Amino acid sequence: MDFDFSEEQRMLQDSVDRLLADRYSFQERLKHLKSAEGWSRDVWAQYADLGILGLPFAEEDGGLGGGSVETMLVMESLGKKLALEPYLATVVLAGGALRHAGSAKQRAALAPQIADGSLLMALAHSEPQARYNLASVRTTARKDGDGYVLNGEKTLVLNGDSADKLIVSARVSGGENDTAGVGLFLVDAKAAGVTRRGYPLQDGRRAAEITLENVKVAAGDVLTADKGHETIARVIDEAIAAICAEGVGAMESLTNLTVEYLKTRKQFGVAIGNFQVLQHRAVDMLIATDEARSMAMYASMMSGESNAAERATAVSAAKVQLCKSARTVGQEGTQLHGGIGMTMEYEGGHYFKRLTLLGVLFGDHDHHLRVVARAGGLEAA
Amino acid sequence: MDLRFTEEELKFRDEVRAFIRENLPDSVRDKLVAGLHLAKDEIVAWQRALNKKGWAVPGWPQQWGGTGWTPVQRYIFDSEIQQYPAPQTLAFNVAMVGPVIAQFANEEQKKKFLPATANLDIWWCQGFSEPGAGSDLASLKTNARREGDFYIINGQKTWTTLAQWADWCFVLARTDSQAKKQEGISFILVDMKTPGIEVRPIQTIDGGHEVNEVFFTDVKVPVANLVGEENKGWDYAKFLLGNERTSIARVGVSKERIRRIKQLAAIERVGEKPLIEDERFREKVAAVEIALKTLEMTQLRVVSGERNRVKGKPDPASSILKIRGSEIQQATTELLMEVVGPYGMPYRPEEGHGHNEPPVGPDYAAPMVPTYLNWRKISIYGGSNEIQKNILAKAILGL
Repeated sequence: MDFDFSEEQRMLQDSVDRLLADRYSFQERLKHLKSAEGWSRDVWAQYADLGILGLPFAEEDGGLGGGSVETMLVMESLGKKLALEPYLATVVLAGGALRHAGSAKQRAALAPQIADGSLLMALAHSEPQARYNLASVRTTARKDGDGYVLNGEKTLVLNGDSADKLIVSARVSGGENDTAGVGLFLVDAKAAGVTRRGYPLQDGRRAAEITLENVKVAAGDVLTADKGHETIARVIDEAIAAICAEGVGAMESLTNLTVEYLKTRKQFGVAIGNFQVLQHRAVDMLIATDEARSMAMYASMMSGESNAAERATAVSAAKVQLCKSARTVGQEGTQLHGGIGMTMEYEGGHYFKRLTLLGVLFGDHDHHLRVVARAGGLEAA
Repeated sequence: MDLRFTEEELKFRDEVRAFIRENLPDSVRDKLVAGLHLAKDEIVAWQRALNKKGWAVPGWPQQWGGTGWTPVQRYIFDSEIQQYPAPQTLAFNVAMVGPVIAQFANEEQKKKFLPATANLDIWWCQGFSEPGAGSDLASLKTNARREGDFYIINGQKTWTTLAQWADWCFVLARTDSQAKKQEGISFILVDMKTPGIEVRPIQTIDGGHEVNEVFFTDVKVPVANLVGEENKGWDYAKFLLGNERTSIARVGVSKERIRRIKQLAAIERVGEKPLIEDERFREKVAAVEIALKTLEMTQLRVVSGERNRVKGKPDPASSILKIRGSEIQQATTELLMEVVGPYGMPYRPEEGHGHNEPPVGPDYAAPMVPTYLNWRKISIYGGSNEIQKNILAKAILGL
């Protein structure tokens, strides 16, 4: 057992930290946030130069062959600076579906383009009726010659507005909540029949509602016609592990920001950090962040677990902790800042918003607690 | 980063498991599962079985019986003991006074005390807390006045756990009343048979007798029983308390309790169904299990990081282990109490107290409320959780 990172892993994280220290001041971030796409193409190109856009892809597919630990380290760094670029959407979500369900030919065609920054992708899976049920798919895929025709509605597609290509889940057979019979299809975002409506989320990031109306998919663009659910479940577990790490980065930054504030803000003639009641609340933030870190590591390890049921339970446990920690750190960080923490012009509130959304993304606390409870817990009885 | 145990670590775990199975009487295990107190001879017998195997004092220097295990092996050992469950080694001997003697005492003292301490020929108790010195331990008033080759000790200690069974006591006493409060304290070893020592029991809210008041009236102790230097006792006490914090998380104990909760919740019924099938109850158990997994990962991070740390300097993060470890242990006692429902209410003294009435309700129910009450202590002792937060605020946040 070993919790240390390798020299290469540390260098990878350092390189991302350095780039963001250089390019992602709060003011620069606000500028990106206000741009039409809500993030920076320029910074994206720098990610490509660092190699992190090809991180999880196998070397033979044109990637770096990184694993879940590397993704964890990059996501933590992106979280620390609240980086807005569609890393989660393109590399983790769509990239994950491509890695796990794509053929060698499909991977060879797309992975190098993701890696060099020229291709943006999004995973169009969630639907209005689904809430957090990953099996709930109404969008249909009707066989049409060698290919398929897709019809349906996708919701909350992360960075779906700027994606060049979409990976769309659709039902080839079975009923609305069946885990069998779901396919994954590669669709050009500008294909005939695809309508996209982009909009901002509460934290300023972007998502899209996507309507598919008789969208034709060629045989070569079918990732899988029946293993879609298994793939989605695995990809979402990997994505949860990734956002656990992103959350750790964001919590660490907000905790640091808050402690700095306690040391500088004076009331009653002293720095307010002298007050024990505030010290203990800051310690609560520290503990919550540390706990989230422990479970981000656990999630990172368990997201690669081959037994899907064990993997899902473990990742759900980590998400429960993320939700709890994110809420504690976000709320306490805001409270300890007093009025300034409530303003849009101050950095702290932006962390609070991201942490709040991470609590909902891919299933909230109660959803994942239910998953763990129904599995009979983490330890055998 | 590889969070799985290696082949060798797994082999070691199996070896520990097998040893416990072969050497611990089932009757002792059953008592621990049921939440009953062990008798002194049961604890002594187990400590001696471990000592015979060479496993009684893993963390001590190898010269004095330490095993030279890696921090991971030590974690595995503790965890297996706790999960079986087997009695934990006596903390006063193994985790507290032993390491202090090994680190700071002279050769003669080491020879006199360490082997006897490892074998539990000497049962130690801790003479630290006083009526006026709890969290503010350094304000202690017990006084050791030098007279020739003796200290004359006067004062009162309290919360002295199992002093009624103890042969010796390690005492913090003031040897310089003029110095700053941390700087006038000495660490002195006192034979409990010395004239002038009186042990008075304190009954705790669970009805048990674990802790005592210990009064010292003109107790004459040879100067040869001073550990290290006079007036440096506070440094040794801090060293000792740091060790205490890391061992207090007791992940294995909570794991064993969760197993017990699930086992009993499968027997207890709510209407037509076993309690374990009640969704609300299951979610409460799951929430504690998740918190426990988090604690386990945090503990493993601290354990794994130990090899990169200066020896004898505990990670300040061990305060997190103490806080969350105690809270989670308490949460398991709450669930155990809730599992047995109304039959938690009747009071039944433990066996051996001359009580022969038949039990009211299931046999397993009676210890649950006392255990719940008793375990409120763990967020209070070993440096209260609030003191741990002060430590974290200062040492990590710089507040």
